Parts: sequence; C-alpha cells; structure tokens
Amino acid sequence: MIFSEDNPQVKDFFKSVYQFLGIKYSKFFKMDSLSKLAFLSAEIILKDTVSEGKNIAIILSNNASSLDTDRKHQNSINDSESYFPSPAVFVYTLPNIGIGEISIRHQLKSENGFFVFDKYNANFHYNYEKSLINNNKSDSVLAGWVNIDEDSYEAFLYLVSENGTLEHTEQNLKQLYTN
Amino acid sequence: MDDLKLELKNNIIELLNLEDVNVDEIKDDDSLFGDGLGLDSIDALELIVMLDKDYGIRLSDPKEGKRIFESIEIMAAYISEHRTK
Repeated sequence: MIFSEDNPQVKDFFKSVYQFLGIKYSKFFKMDSLSKLAFLSAEIILKDTVSEGKNIAIILSNNASSLDTDRKHQNSINDSESYFPSPAVFVYTLPNIGIGEISIRHQLKSENGFFVFDKYNANFHYNYEKSLINNNKSDSVLAGWVNIDEDSYEAFLYLVSENGTLEHTEQNLKQLYTN
Repeated sequence: MDDLKLELKNNIIELLNLEDVNVDEIKDDDSLFGDGLGLDSIDALELIVMLDKDYGIRLSDPKEGKRIFESIEIMAAYISEHRTK
C-alpha cells in the first residue's frame, strides 16, 4: 500500500495522490481523468528510473477507451441552443492522449500504442512487449491496463526490461493483474 | 471595470484549471501567455469559447485573440466595448 484516502470523488483522490507524490507539474490539472490515472501510475513506476532520453515504449490498454471524456464532450454539444464544445475537453477524446502526457513528462520519443479490449489481455501484452524488447525496438516497456469510467477506475502498470525482478511471462502477467 | 477584471481572473482560474494560481497573483497587466501565466494554444481556444458563451462576443478571426488576450486589462477593455450580454 503506497497511499490511501477515504474520498469518493475521483478528481479529489487523484489530486491527493499528486500532492502525496510531491509532483510539481501544473499541466497535470488540465488533464482528463484517464490521463491523470495513467500519468500518476507511470510516476510511481518511473520516479526512481532515469527515464529521460531512454527508449521506453508505452503499451496500454483498457475497455472504456476515452468514454468518460467523450460523454463530457457530448454533453457540451447536445443542445444546439447552447453549443459550446470545450477545446480542452475535446483534445482528450482519444485514449492514447494519456500516453502523450507520460511521454512529454519523461521526454520519451518511443514506440507506443493504446488498445481497447474487453478485459486485460495478458497474451497480447506479453507478445507485444516481448517483441519490442527482442527486436531492440525499445530498452524497456511501460505497459498495462488503465481504465476509467465515471467513479470506477483501475490501473495496472509494470515495466518490462532486460533485468527485471520477475520473469516476463504471460502467466506472471495474469497473476500480477489478478492479485 | 474592476468587477469585470476580478470576474475574468476567477473565470480563467476555474476554466483553465490553474490550481496553483490565486486571483491576487494575477496582476491586471501581467502577460497571460509566455512568461506570464504560461497559458498555451488550447487555453487560447478555451478563452475564445468563453468570450462567446459568457459575453456574446464571437471572434471571426482567432488570430485576434493574440491581441485581446494579452492581459486582463486589455481583455476587460475589449469585453466592455463589445459585449452583447
């Protein structure tokens, strides 16, 4: 357990985690919820890693895509009499924007991909991550499942590298996710 | 005019999620972009929508925003002169 707080509001909880981690990055507050979740999860994993200039690929997946933000955008254009779509909301109506936020923060110019599945697909992740490492496409891979829809959210991130503490296998990924 | 400037400062902080900025830290003649508040291009678009939504001012040329959004002082003067609501 790194941090916990009894707070039903996702937005407030993410802000508390941001403050707990001692991050100074004002653009965080402009992100949508999915990006904030991906950003904070990546911070926890990469904070002790010298990521700048490293070739760290990012492969994420979820099942809600950017639906949480898509709804906000839809609500702003439903009424033709009050049609004021927010550009700041619209730019987050793609799930891979969170990857961009992580890349900007850690100065990564690496391969990345965001995939939408019904549930965490260990087989797909294992093969993609293995392929990136084995073919020297990246030094390491930040990967996992980042999902949010209204007050329900889940993040499962890990870093795959040549010298990890746990062997990179499909079975281990499945076990880590279920635990 | 002072009420409008205060209203603009509050709206900008809330609209643009400037969580670490207080109203009294924004001076009337501070640059909103660049070295001032550090707003970016998406913020500029958001301010254009705010002009339309809150004050009934529709900019035909988004490039106009560069001049209008230079500072709170200039924004307030422009809004006072052109507002339709």
